[in-house]
Amino acid sequence: MMKKAFLFMLWYLVWCLLAWPPSMQHMIIGIFVASFVSLMTNDMFSGKPLDTRLNPARYMWFLYYVAVFAWECFKANIDVAYRVLHPDLPIKPGTIRVKTSLKSDAGLTFLANSVTLTPGTTSVDIDRDKGLIYIHMLYISDSYDKDSMKLKVVDKFEKILRRIFE
Amino acid sequence: MNEKIGMVVIVLGLAFDFFGCVGLIRFPDVYNRLQASAKCVTLGTCGILLGLFLFKGFSGAGIKALLCMVFILLTAPVSAHALARAAYRSGVKPWGGTVVDHYGEDLENIK
Repeated sequence: MMKKAFLFMLWYLVWCLLAWPPSMQHMIIGIFVASFVSLMTNDMFSGKPLDTRLNPARYMWFLYYVAVFAWECFKANIDVAYRVLHPDLPIKPGTIRVKTSLKSDAGLTFLANSVTLTPGTTSVDIDRDKGLIYIHMLYISDSYDKDSMKLKVVDKFEKILRRIFE
Repeated sequence: MNEKIGMVVIVLGLAFDFFGCVGLIRFPDVYNRLQASAKCVTLGTCGILLGLFLFKGFSGAGIKALLCMVFILLTAPVSAHALARAAYRSGVKPWGGTVVDHYGEDLENIK
């Protein structure tokens, strides 16, 4: 019930933003639309109940994560633009295994998505049983340690995401 | 003032979109091309939308631009990942200059 109410509030907020500026007509229709959509999407958001997450520290870490992510994303673009425009096309691509200790659905999703938008890496697949992420790298450098299967960027995000989702 | 900053951000966004397209042509195989398109196009399009928001402020169009940014940031990496995985599983071989291919080695085990 708690989850349904939360989803309803969320979708209602999204609806109101989409139908900005607010008017009586839109607000009333929004109630119907938001309740329909929250009923439909209820099953998609299974997992931990929300009340264990209502912890301010998690939200602060999430803000920190957004800041780190934005900076990494910007660096990624400069990096790719450099490789694209360089006449010799300096790439050394390959797919690598990286170990991760995250377990929750949300944590893994966020990790995979942040990896995709950070310098030279795209996540290809996840093997949950062994805790491995397969990552395609544009330029394999020293930041990847083959023996321990660690990648610096992944470690950095993992530390933050563990505090938010686990 | 806001309009000037908005103009600069839009031009930057267009530049990154352009780099993404150049990468799409220059890179050798599917996976490298995905890298270029997933990254540059995400930031480029977000830049254009942010510029639009700076032009319009908190009006109808400005807020929709912000919402679109959130949706693009959430969906672009997912689609890139799905394309890369599907390409691998349907047998598209990586480029000849690929250095290591751990995923190709493990592919049999994780099906």
